[in-house]
Amino acid sequence: MALNDIISGLNGIAADQHRLSALAEELAKQAQAVAGQASSAGQGFFITGLTVFVLACFVGYYVVWRVTPALHSPLMAVTNAVSSVIIVGALLAAGPVEMTASKIMGLAAIALASINIFGGFIVTQRMLAMYKKKTVGNEKAKK
Amino acid sequence: MSTLVSLAYLISGICFIMALRGLASPETARQGNVFGISGMALAIVTTLFLVEPSSLVLIALAIAVGGGIGLVIARKIKMTALPQLVAAFHSLVGLAAVLVASAAFLSPGSYGIAQGGSIHLSSLIEMALGVAIGAITFTGSLVAFAKLQGLVSGKPLVFKFQHQINLGLGILIFLSLLVLVLTQAPFAYWTIVVTSLVLGFLLILPIGGADMPVVISMLNSYSGWAAAATGFTLENPLLIITGALVGASGAILSYIMCKGMNRSIFNVILGGFGTDGAAASTSAAANDRPVKVGSAEDASFILKNAASVIIVPGYGMAVAHAQHALREMGDILKKEGVRVRYAIHPVAGRMPGHMNVLLAEADVPYDDVLELEEINSDFGQTDVAFVIGANDVTNPAAHSDPQSPIYGMPILDVENAKTVLFIKRTMGAGYAGVENELFFRTNTMMLFGDAKQMCENIVKALES
Repeated sequence: MALNDIISGLNGIAADQHRLSALAEELAKQAQAVAGQASSAGQGFFITGLTVFVLACFVGYYVVWRVTPALHSPLMAVTNAVSSVIIVGALLAAGPVEMTASKIMGLAAIALASINIFGGFIVTQRMLAMYKKKTVGNEKAKK
Repeated sequence: MSTLVSLAYLISGICFIMALRGLASPETARQGNVFGISGMALAIVTTLFLVEPSSLVLIALAIAVGGGIGLVIARKIKMTALPQLVAAFHSLVGLAAVLVASAAFLSPGSYGIAQGGSIHLSSLIEMALGVAIGAITFTGSLVAFAKLQGLVSGKPLVFKFQHQINLGLGILIFLSLLVLVLTQAPFAYWTIVVTSLVLGFLLILPIGGADMPVVISMLNSYSGWAAAATGFTLENPLLIITGALVGASGAILSYIMCKGMNRSIFNVILGGFGTDGAAASTSAAANDRPVKVGSAEDASFILKNAASVIIVPGYGMAVAHAQHALREMGDILKKEGVRVRYAIHPVAGRMPGHMNVLLAEADVPYDDVLELEEINSDFGQTDVAFVIGANDVTNPAAHSDPQSPIYGMPILDVENAKTVLFIKRTMGAGYAGVENELFFRTNTMMLFGDAKQMCENIVKALES
């Protein structure tokens, strides 16, 4: 008697579990659809992107104020090199197999950005290599 | 986009932040640059995994061609030509942004920002913004480059109805943006591109050579915002992070430069105020007030007998390539037991930090080179202020004459030194067109001549 009760109870639980997992599956599907809709409408990314953008502006603000004025020229050169990270977009444009106008534009942008990346980092390196600490005399110069 | 790619992008974003952070001091700066290079390499390699393998050959070719050109230019460029190099590089970022945005407009499918041929509303707006900023950066930087390289006159080229025309172009861009968003018509997109190109050209044309530090910083900032806008279009957080960093950096530099001239950014952009140093000196003031003129021998005598000397370099030193001769002079004086330091005004030269780089190139130790706030109070206890190729940044009218166009500008108080030596080519006024009262003081000695020649002569006189 008690055993039967337990068995039927277990069966009930198993059935519930089945129903629940089906529900969960349905829910996951719906969530995915909603997420897909959101990103396909472009709204999902915009808020994420804006968050990233604003936070990065703050990081930039505090980091750049700490740059010593003596290194403002290297700062310009290196930010210039770094902004050529736009090459990532150019690579994606040049990615597809078919030769389209957009692929040609992508390739041209890759070449331009590469000039900047190599040129910018090398010029920065050259500049930074010139900054030397003093070696002789004039000990009291530093306040 | 897979999780791994996103993580790699995050790491390279952090690398870029570390690259900027390294510049807080010259000791950590080289390490920072290594971070920057690693971040860029990681970003490129990661993206290559998203590309069709058959496209890799062409991509490698494009990178090799561009990289080769960049390598040669960066190796060969003279440090005095740095400002125009940076301007040229900014124009490339602008053009690349235009190309990437246009590629996205033509085949939105490759970026997953379209549904059934129609591009998402937000992507269209971001794309239009990105292409507009990119195009303005491109032509604006080209004009800045031409001015710095001396291809066109550094004088402000003011034309009639300049503000009205620019405003009209701005309105045209805005209207095209509306049409583009509503109809997605290609002609609206290309109108934005062409109008922005023209606007960038017209915006920078009226700005004078001496305002170039602000212009370069501003274009630096634009190139960042263009990258960020592209990042929004392509839904790529790395581009957004990097663009924001660069944009913030350029904006801060513009602010510092404007503060150094006591002018607002609007004043500079709308200005047409600064002329070239060379152009101004030809219109030498025709007056007969007596000035004390000295020779290299007189200068060497004064310098040798001083206990402390502060050297104030300006754009004239860069033009004359006098930094090496100047350092030689400084070295001899140091050996004689003179305390030699350098004072840099924030807007000396044609780009932020220009003087510091030139002095570093001439092997001047960076701890002898001090900023305005650090050294300004020391002029009172200094025997000789040695001004080479600078003028307006030493003009006491900025303190005393409310009528002067440079009133309120922070200056180096060289007037407080016991003796002031001025190396100048002529008696001409500075770019602000303001007479410098200092030339006529009794404790001032003018040394007329080419800055480099004069330094070499002083060195000879010191050695004999």
